[in-house]
Amino acid sequence: MEQKKVIHLSTIKSGQKVKLAGVEAGRGLNSRLAAMGLLPNVEITVVSNGHPGPFVVSVKGSRMMLGRGMADKIFVSN
Amino acid sequence: MKKITVALAGNPNSGKTTIFNLLTGARQHVGNYPGVTVEKKEGLCKYAGHEITFVDLPGTYSLTAYTIEEIVTRNFIIEEQPDVVVDVVDASNIERNLYLATQLIEMDVPLILAFNMSDVAEHKGLLFDIEQLSRLLEAPIVPMIGNKGKGKKELLEAIVEIAQKGRGRRIHNIRYGEEIEHELAKIEAMITDKEHHLAEKYGSRWSAIKLLEQDDDITKKVRSRELIDAVKAGTEHLKSIFDDGPEVVMADRRYGFISGACQETIRTTVELRHSYSDMIDAVVTNRMLGLPIFLILMYLVFLLTFKIGKYPMGWLEMFFEWAGRAIAGLWPVGSESWLSSLLVDGIIGGVGGVIVFLPNILLLFLAIAMLEDSGYMARAAFIMDCIMHKIGLHGKSFIPMLIGFGCSVPAIMATRILENRRSRLTTIMVIPLMSCGARLTIYALVIPAFFPENWHGPMMWLIYFIGIVLAIILIKVLRLTFFKGDTVPFVMELPPYRMPTLKSVSLHMWHRGWMYLKKAGTIILAISILLWLASSYPKPHAESLADLSDEQAQQVRLEHSVIGTLGQAIEPAIKPLGFDWKIGTALIGATAAKEVFVSQLAIVYAVGSADEGTATLRQRLRANYTPLTGFCIMLFCLIYAPCVATIAMTKQETNSWGWAMFQFFGLTALAYIITLLVYQIGMAIAG
Repeated sequence: MEQKKVIHLSTIKSGQKVKLAGVEAGRGLNSRLAAMGLLPNVEITVVSNGHPGPFVVSVKGSRMMLGRGMADKIFVSN
Repeated sequence: MKKITVALAGNPNSGKTTIFNLLTGARQHVGNYPGVTVEKKEGLCKYAGHEITFVDLPGTYSLTAYTIEEIVTRNFIIEEQPDVVVDVVDASNIERNLYLATQLIEMDVPLILAFNMSDVAEHKGLLFDIEQLSRLLEAPIVPMIGNKGKGKKELLEAIVEIAQKGRGRRIHNIRYGEEIEHELAKIEAMITDKEHHLAEKYGSRWSAIKLLEQDDDITKKVRSRELIDAVKAGTEHLKSIFDDGPEVVMADRRYGFISGACQETIRTTVELRHSYSDMIDAVVTNRMLGLPIFLILMYLVFLLTFKIGKYPMGWLEMFFEWAGRAIAGLWPVGSESWLSSLLVDGIIGGVGGVIVFLPNILLLFLAIAMLEDSGYMARAAFIMDCIMHKIGLHGKSFIPMLIGFGCSVPAIMATRILENRRSRLTTIMVIPLMSCGARLTIYALVIPAFFPENWHGPMMWLIYFIGIVLAIILIKVLRLTFFKGDTVPFVMELPPYRMPTLKSVSLHMWHRGWMYLKKAGTIILAISILLWLASSYPKPHAESLADLSDEQAQQVRLEHSVIGTLGQAIEPAIKPLGFDWKIGTALIGATAAKEVFVSQLAIVYAVGSADEGTATLRQRLRANYTPLTGFCIMLFCLIYAPCVATIAMTKQETNSWGWAMFQFFGLTALAYIITLLVYQIGMAIAG
């Protein structure tokens, strides 16, 4: 089976589409993110990976801003 | 007339408040949920012989126990058992918004879905098969355009119908797949068997789902050890199968249910786009332009609140002065009447002191409503988050703190934009350290009295700067002690930009103004009258006032009053700060409002009314105190007990006298310690 490469969301360039692989966070935050649509295998489009500006992603048709630390806790695969 | 209670639930930015305003107009009541700083809004609507009470629940994405808003929403639905729950759904963002609906479906409430912003959805090219979707979700769906007032009648009709029919029997549940259903069945059986209180109140399936999601609130309510262990074993088992916690898998299954329902009933004719919002964002959240744009906007908010607010404030002051003179004129000149003094100085002075803030509050909330409704607030929070996060606060905290430089009262009210309770309380506690306009009058008296001309600017700057630094230190300390816990990692939805509507903005303003007058106003008035009493009584003997000039008589009266006596009593305590009883008296009087410090000092030095006496007062100060004492006066006035209006506001907004007293005494203690250090070290150096 092909092993997919899992990388930090924060390394993805603006405009790229990726799939969410997992979130490295506590249970509470995990389920909050899940409620907002950040679930495994969901398609994420990085709208803007501004260094050091806001990190904006598009998930299920809505725009979400992630704080600095957040984008490092989310793992994705392309 | 039949009474119906309706709870309005929905995601943040779903337009829930617009729908609420549409349904209830100005007949609203705003309060707090007991014990928490979450706003509770209720409103009335009469329709077809029914009296319908709407409760606007906080905006939430789901009904876990992760945030206080979610708990409040959940508890309201469970405990108050509303006749109908209306879930306001942003139809242009349907999948994410239906997630909350799935949770309401699971709670088995009599549900109606209001598909708000159906025009935007249409514009985006979404076509709904409403009938089919309604069958799948087993709830009536009413398409609405909240800001254009469309769909109101249809929604009210649906509400009346559901309220009469009661909840129908649900045909399908949301299924979680074999493994999870197996665990759920086990837990459910144990709940029905052993935990009657849970089964009765929450339903056994819902309790089982929440337990498997490891919901803290429900888990705490479980009595049997056996059940806890079973849940733990089930969770571990599921984790080993799925790699993810059951809560994530279950969220995934709910989204699966939604996308299943949507696939059959929604057609997209064009690709979803956020084009114009993205274009605005490219400029507004740009890393070079974002901060300057934010600062300019904040400057405009400040300008609107205080510079423009100055005019109506001036008119109000003039009116109260006129009213005071008119009433005083009812008594013969020179006569001493306690009633006249009570009416003029106590009541009119007190009411005036309350109403004078109203223009500021209305204008500030006009600005905040526009920032929030347009969608900019979410961006502003983000732009400031990088900076505010470092000191342990939310990005949005910047706004109330900035307003604090004008006046603490509207600033504390502005903390309502903060969702997180810890951030909100911390912000409220430090707001008084922002030098407000009233304290400026103290600095304006003291600085020219003691310091040479070219020091004036730097001195003023220094005292403001000290306030900010102290605030930052205090925030750090509070976050490490009373308000421990991680700052919530930042995830925030960016709503598309929208044009604020006049109706919603003006309603917002009106409610804030009314709430201020009703809640804080009454406390401020009561304390003002008490302080008037304390500065007027007991009166000295008439003989001791004979042969004295007006100014001297005033001085003797103040010395003789409760405040004067207190000022003299605390002299030993404030001596190490370089203060005498005269300053002490003025400091106590200034708790009514900080600018009173100046007029009280004018009275104890018998230099007549503050205006013409300022120059003379400065001379007296220079003759009696050293510049070090002058600096200490400013330092102490900056930090110590906030004015009664601020205390009343803190009480109102935190819903507790405890926090208000903590602020009052905490800041006074801090002021004492810092001023003591500065004075003693200063003396040693000068020594």
